[in-house]
Amino acid sequence: MSTLLEAVDVRKRYGTFTALDGVTLTIPAGQFVSIVGPNGAGKTTLVNVLTGAVAPTSGAVRFKNHDVSGAGPVRLAQLGMARAFQLVNVFPGLTVGETIAVAALARRGRGARLFASLAADQEIWDAVATVAELFGLGASLGRPARTLPQGDKKLLDVASAFALQPEVILLDEPTSGVSTADKHAVMNVLVQAAARMGVKAIVQVEHDMDIVFGYSDRIVALHQGRVLADGPPAALQADDTVMATVVGRARA
Amino acid sequence: MIVRALGALGITALLAAPLIASPYQCTLLLPAFAYGIALLGLNLLFSTTGLLSFGHALFVALGAYTAAWLTTRTPVRSLEVIVLAAAAVAAAVAVPVGLLCVRYVKIYFGMLTLAFGMLFYSFLYKFYALTGGDEGIRVLRPTVLGQPFPSLDKVAFLTGPFYYYALALLLLAALVMRRIVRSPFGLSLRAIRENADKAAFVGVSVRRYRFYAFVIAAVFGGVGGALLAVPTGLADPLLAYWTHSGNLVFMLLLGGFQHFLGPIVGAVVFIFLQDLVMSFTAYWRFVFGGLLALLVIFFPGGLLGLLPRGRTA
Repeated sequence: MSTLLEAVDVRKRYGTFTALDGVTLTIPAGQFVSIVGPNGAGKTTLVNVLTGAVAPTSGAVRFKNHDVSGAGPVRLAQLGMARAFQLVNVFPGLTVGETIAVAALARRGRGARLFASLAADQEIWDAVATVAELFGLGASLGRPARTLPQGDKKLLDVASAFALQPEVILLDEPTSGVSTADKHAVMNVLVQAAARMGVKAIVQVEHDMDIVFGYSDRIVALHQGRVLADGPPAALQADDTVMATVVGRARA
Repeated sequence: MIVRALGALGITALLAAPLIASPYQCTLLLPAFAYGIALLGLNLLFSTTGLLSFGHALFVALGAYTAAWLTTRTPVRSLEVIVLAAAAVAAAVAVPVGLLCVRYVKIYFGMLTLAFGMLFYSFLYKFYALTGGDEGIRVLRPTVLGQPFPSLDKVAFLTGPFYYYALALLLLAALVMRRIVRSPFGLSLRAIRENADKAAFVGVSVRRYRFYAFVIAAVFGGVGGALLAVPTGLADPLLAYWTHSGNLVFMLLLGGFQHFLGPIVGAVVFIFLQDLVMSFTAYWRFVFGGLLALLVIFFPGGLLGLLPRGRTA
């Protein structure tokens, strides 16, 4: 399996606080990776560094062999990495269709076309329809994002990230704010959409251990800025020390 | 539907105006056309991109001074050349100014544009040899499509060939702007307006697109400025003064910035309202200040916001 995304001995300090203390991580194609750990373990910092939003103090971040340390979201989106946030992040005044179209246009490098008719770009609207359908938003294409129910906003947020047709997608607590009854449905939509859109790897930060152990191929446990454990769910589950640190309780 | 019908009615009325309205009323429409073009640009920044410029008059003034400078200091009289030169000068100035301004948003963007406007005002005021100082520079009558119309007096020229030329340019500008707003670029700008962080995460180069919008807005401002200077026959520093930028924003609010035609309606209503109020009181600015306050409080959507319509752009 080829390496898509890797962090090599990444350190990040904020003043005297060390958020990441030498993290090395390789994410190959074909994996669903969950990053777990207690609050303050460095999960968010790690995702920020992996997505180029924050430059590491030292160490390297490479995506498809490009150095992407602090590269910023636009360049990573162009390279094929997308990110969706924990808090719902939509364009309130744009419709569902327009929201997905923004990403579909950016993906194709057409976002700056000045005199082309957007309405007449069938390829874009086909792509929009496909993505919307995958996320169950097909019937809401003309609705402004602000009028959607909260769950659909979350799906729209993730759908727009998928519309970039990324190779890697980073999800920050994809099921936060989603009811217990619906969270598996959301995850199933995500996993199916990833398969359909050709997403090669998913990296998520997640607190919900049902989701973590139910969907991951691999779990990376962080503690105090270091990788405490890295392996398949079964291996982590068997390690009581790790489970106690990460989950805060031994898993029965 | 209503907007489309009103638009068609408006265009018909404007086409027929020189035949049915008085020459005075027609000459009042000329600055309204010029402002309409400038405001289409300002509204691309404000309504579409979410950046409120308090320095748009800078580009209007640049267009006016380009017209003045070309007609008095060079043999150029062709209005086509003047308009193109005004667009080019506005774009050339907008590049460095825009690169600095689009690094900021909200009030900081507004203040920085204001500062550049005032900087240019001081330049116009002080560099007498180049700009004519406080007296400004005259704008000589240009030729329209190569025709000097020597037999027409000033009013006949302005309400005849120039009137239709300005109207045609306004319609052309509106068509071009409509195309831009409905393009992929227009959607990207709206995404930036709605949520710039999110836009960046779906691959929109936020700053670069804001910069493009700034330059396009400046070009519309410059073209409007060149047309504005012809009927008044003068380019003076007050064109770049901050109150002029303020007037432009007022016109936008008056017409309704959320509507594509808001800038044009705002420009026409502003000019006629100003004429009306000035005819019965010297304190017209006082009246306008009150109107602006009432407008913002009771009709934030402007005149076109009063029309029934579901969609807000």
